[in-house]
Amino acid sequence: MCVKHVPDIQSERALGEDGRVVRDGGDGTLNELDENALEAALVLAEEHGGEVVVVTAGPDDAVDAVRKGLQMGADQAVHVVDDAIAGSDAVGTARVLAAVVRHLEADGPVDLVVTGMAGLDGLTSLLPTALAALLGRPALPLAAEVTVADGAVRVTRNLDHATEVLEAPLPALVSVTDQANEPRYPAFAGIMAARKKPVTTLTLDDLGLAPELVGAAGARTRVLEAAPRPAREDRVLLHDTGDAGVRLAAYLVEQQLA
Amino acid sequence: MTDTTTVLVLLDHTPDGALRAPVRELVTLARGLAGPSGVHGAWAVDGVEPSAEALADLTALGVAHVHRLVTDADVHLTAVLAEGLASLLDATGAGLLLATSSFENKEVAARLAVATGAGVVTDADALDVVDGQVVAGKTVFAGTWTTRCAITTELAVVTVKANSVAVTEAETQAAPVVGEHAFAASPAATAVRVVERTQRPDSGRPDLGSAHVVVVGGRGTEGDFSQVEELADVLGGAVGATRVATDEGWIGHDAQIGQTGVTISPRLYIGAGVSGAVHHRGGMQASGTIVAVNSDADAPIFEIADFGIVGDLRTVLPQAAAELRRLRAEG
Repeated sequence: MCVKHVPDIQSERALGEDGRVVRDGGDGTLNELDENALEAALVLAEEHGGEVVVVTAGPDDAVDAVRKGLQMGADQAVHVVDDAIAGSDAVGTARVLAAVVRHLEADGPVDLVVTGMAGLDGLTSLLPTALAALLGRPALPLAAEVTVADGAVRVTRNLDHATEVLEAPLPALVSVTDQANEPRYPAFAGIMAARKKPVTTLTLDDLGLAPELVGAAGARTRVLEAAPRPAREDRVLLHDTGDAGVRLAAYLVEQQLA
Repeated sequence: MTDTTTVLVLLDHTPDGALRAPVRELVTLARGLAGPSGVHGAWAVDGVEPSAEALADLTALGVAHVHRLVTDADVHLTAVLAEGLASLLDATGAGLLLATSSFENKEVAARLAVATGAGVVTDADALDVVDGQVVAGKTVFAGTWTTRCAITTELAVVTVKANSVAVTEAETQAAPVVGEHAFAASPAATAVRVVERTQRPDSGRPDLGSAHVVVVGGRGTEGDFSQVEELADVLGGAVGATRVATDEGWIGHDAQIGQTGVTISPRLYIGAGVSGAVHHRGGMQASGTIVAVNSDADAPIFEIADFGIVGDLRTVLPQAAAELRRLRAEG
């Protein structure tokens, strides 16, 4: 179960001069889409037994994301903190998370890795598939439904032109969309219980991961320029007094849009 | 440094063997970047071969070679397709692969990044080569920021958003050389099984993701999409919906525009009874011209609309459709 700490999408977001997302506004949150993933993981653990471990990589305050996960019902958390992670692209982040999964596998099997469908900040959605590829696990991304039976995981996913049902043997990876479920709210008891749950903090060294493979050093793209888009000009707002449809038609023709 | 002497384009196609519309944009872009060996196309043979119409299109667009990717495995599995493309990139020496920004193609891009070390940009809306590096333009944060991103690796993989480029035909046109590139998928790639695959029925309207015009219905339709559909049909556009409308079951989930649904950037977006919640804006804010019709003057969509009408969509939309038909009849 991987979660990502992202700036709250309702708040102002910005890119800094280094082309990275400004993450120090103090208004970060558990990525909403990860809540769907966590909900799916919790339901599967309730149905089939097992433990849910929330994992995140990021700066010190990213621990808030895993704490929310513990409050929702996860059993334990892993937070990877290392300055070298800053500026990681999707593959760099996937490398860190893959190392965590392997680290956890030293203590027992990790049957299913569950992620959100995308981070709402960069929204590249490459992470789940890259993580599965690094782990050599089958990937079943974009699950609108996920079930586990007889040692296999089955998902239904809605693509642009088709609906697919995919199945793969465990261990596997799924990413979950916001259609999959309605995430639970942490109950008071859950919030209290979360305080006693373990959060393990790991560094890249603990994971045996070379710093040059992640972070800005390992990134394969470089942001050259970033700027807010200029505001739209010549905007029109009118109240319908009976002819708004006619005026809309005239506007579309004038703009060569119809 | 990326060698773009040869640029490879993934030729997404319909079950009838026709090119998907945004592929034309990719080829147009690729032609501007490719060197003497030109634009090569990869056609994944999923039981469907290029139709005569597709070959005529590829000729007009200036594609030099079409490589039919052939394998025993199910090429709809993105892990299988990624392996085929990796082997084709190797065989052709192409330094740049372009694909449309579909969910499946982003999975392919992620796999290629891991398997080949390629640098990846998704949802690009512009492409250039500067000092030997592929530079992609991209809007982020729900279309509110523009960025330019250089790919620093030898191999570059870019998925391009629909409606980013005006399609042009090649100056010199010759039928492409059609060849076969056979490959064997690894056991890892075929660990996933397609239990069922249902092609979505054709709505008779353009694809939502690539349509030039999209008319979107929200809560304000109260479940009646007839006026939305009528205006979409007059404009030759697609019909979309907000999360509320799909959750209510007024229209299928595949019509949902938004950060977690389909992301669109048509030339013209018309929102009818759409409030403009942040998740919805995330999926449409990069649209060319934004028109909003809503009875609530405080709806946030008016903050980003080029042309806003405070009024009842049930009168405004049919009146606009009738007027457009009248103007067209006048010629």
